[in-house]
Amino acid sequence: MTRTASPARRSAGRTGAAWTVLAWLAGLLFFLPVAWMVLTGFKREVDAASNPPSWFFTPVLDGYRQVFDRDITPYLLNSVMASVLSTLLVLVLATPAAYALSIRPVERWRDVLFFFISTKMLPVVAALLPIYLLVQDLGMLDNVWTLIVLYTAMNLPLAVWMMRSFLLEVPAALIEAAAMDGADLLVTIRRILVPIVAPGLAATALICFIFSWNEFFFAVNLTATRAGTSPIFLVGFITSEGLFLARLCAAATIVSLPVVLAGWIAQKQLVRGLSMGAVK
Amino acid sequence: MTTTSTTGADAPPRPTVRPTRDDRRHRWTRRAPLLPALVFAIVVTQLPFLFTLYLSTQSWNALRPGSREFIGLANYATVLTDGRLRAALLNTVVLTASSVIASVLLGLGLAILLDRKFPGRGIVRTLLITPFLVMPMAAALLWKHAIYNPSYGLINGILGGSTDWVSQYPMVSVVAALVWQWTPFMMLIILAGLQSQSLETLEAARVDGAGPWQTFTRITLPYLRPYLELGALLGSIYLVQTFDAVFTITQGGPGRATTNLPYEIYLTTFRKFEYGEAAAAGVVVVIGTIIVATFALRVISSLFRMEDAR
Repeated sequence: MTRTASPARRSAGRTGAAWTVLAWLAGLLFFLPVAWMVLTGFKREVDAASNPPSWFFTPVLDGYRQVFDRDITPYLLNSVMASVLSTLLVLVLATPAAYALSIRPVERWRDVLFFFISTKMLPVVAALLPIYLLVQDLGMLDNVWTLIVLYTAMNLPLAVWMMRSFLLEVPAALIEAAAMDGADLLVTIRRILVPIVAPGLAATALICFIFSWNEFFFAVNLTATRAGTSPIFLVGFITSEGLFLARLCAAATIVSLPVVLAGWIAQKQLVRGLSMGAVK
Repeated sequence: MTTTSTTGADAPPRPTVRPTRDDRRHRWTRRAPLLPALVFAIVVTQLPFLFTLYLSTQSWNALRPGSREFIGLANYATVLTDGRLRAALLNTVVLTASSVIASVLLGLGLAILLDRKFPGRGIVRTLLITPFLVMPMAAALLWKHAIYNPSYGLINGILGGSTDWVSQYPMVSVVAALVWQWTPFMMLIILAGLQSQSLETLEAARVDGAGPWQTFTRITLPYLRPYLELGALLGSIYLVQTFDAVFTITQGGPGRATTNLPYEIYLTTFRKFEYGEAAAAGVVVVIGTIIVATFALRVISSLFRMEDAR
């Protein structure tokens, strides 16, 4: 039986239409602030601060021009570097660990798994001071590599849980058969594990990238002008005098765009990733 | 090689005889892939806390160089007796609980709306998940300046009036922005739950004469419980650490009305430079977290068994 044929879910007649309208209204309402952000980014500053808000205006690129004049590029590059490198590092660390917690489990693997998730529950703020002092001592303040290490630690538990859930889906019989045929570990990994787990690897990478890209707390406290990431650039836009809303919205649109696009494209992987692999 | 288990089954085989040298080597080859990640996690996430413990026994204000000395538990006395930490704790509970509850309820509603075929369902779903994908800092700035602003904000623009939302309803302003971001997250998890429900059960309930409301409360809701728990739990883990929204929208104010624990400790560290006190507050928060997390882990553990049983 297919889903549409089910009478329980078939939307028929007037009630069905009402539910559809309601769903559309909800979707548009939730999207409204985002739409407003994008629209405002194309306004002149005077239009952006008009009262009542203007819905119709001649779009201009002034906001965007100012964003690039204020040199957003190094901040974006720092964000790219911190997110991409920490994501790679997370995958390199988490994948073998997940293997040792699923396919060939170590003893007490359950405790190890819970240790990882418990590190996620400890408040980051309580570690900020020692990390700050240590980083200062090492002369690593305002250095992208500091962020890379911290983001790796931040995403590691998530990645271990996710990769474990994907590895558990590899049929045990397949691995046994490979072992019986005399395939060594590397061959098994390359020929059997990688092809099956590749989508999972991509989903894990997406989630880690999103969380690193959006991170603000460490970035604001441990970086300044040299290693600042894109959220730091945004905060710098707030001025007490003068109008800034249009260029702020332009900047907010630019820095949000990579994650919004990635999330739109990979909606399905997003669900599984956000639930750490628990929801399939 | 005969005892090698290749499944993720519950109990990995344990050697029953006394471990020989070969067994031991075998066990270490099993552990080897795990070690880099484990060592990394311990070094980066656990060692700082030991350092925090040490710092909490020091009287140390970074603005007064040379003032550093051992003072035992005096920082704890300071932190626990003045009301700031308690106020921050209360704010954290209010902020986390109300955002989680509101976003779970809204997420449930939206998931139900999306759990049926209708024209443009994919588009509506895409529209709905977008708030979660917007950078939290961008979202916080957007709400503060483009939506709440009393003179040119969107809310007053649509409703009229000149209410200063952030200063009149500070907690609600922060929570509303967070709920907007986290509802899509809850919706996605709950929707996945709804779609995994077996149609036969629903059909059987209908045949037995159950109305839609009865079917929902008696069958669907109990079935969804683990998904609701999972969403609430993961949401709490992230929302209890809320910093961006408080930092941007209210700066913890007016007064201390929206100062939560992360923001309070941040202020103590980087505005007052009371390192000793900040460390003591951090330790207190960690202890509190461990107590709460013990319960949370129990929930995860039960979800986990459910997954194993499948």
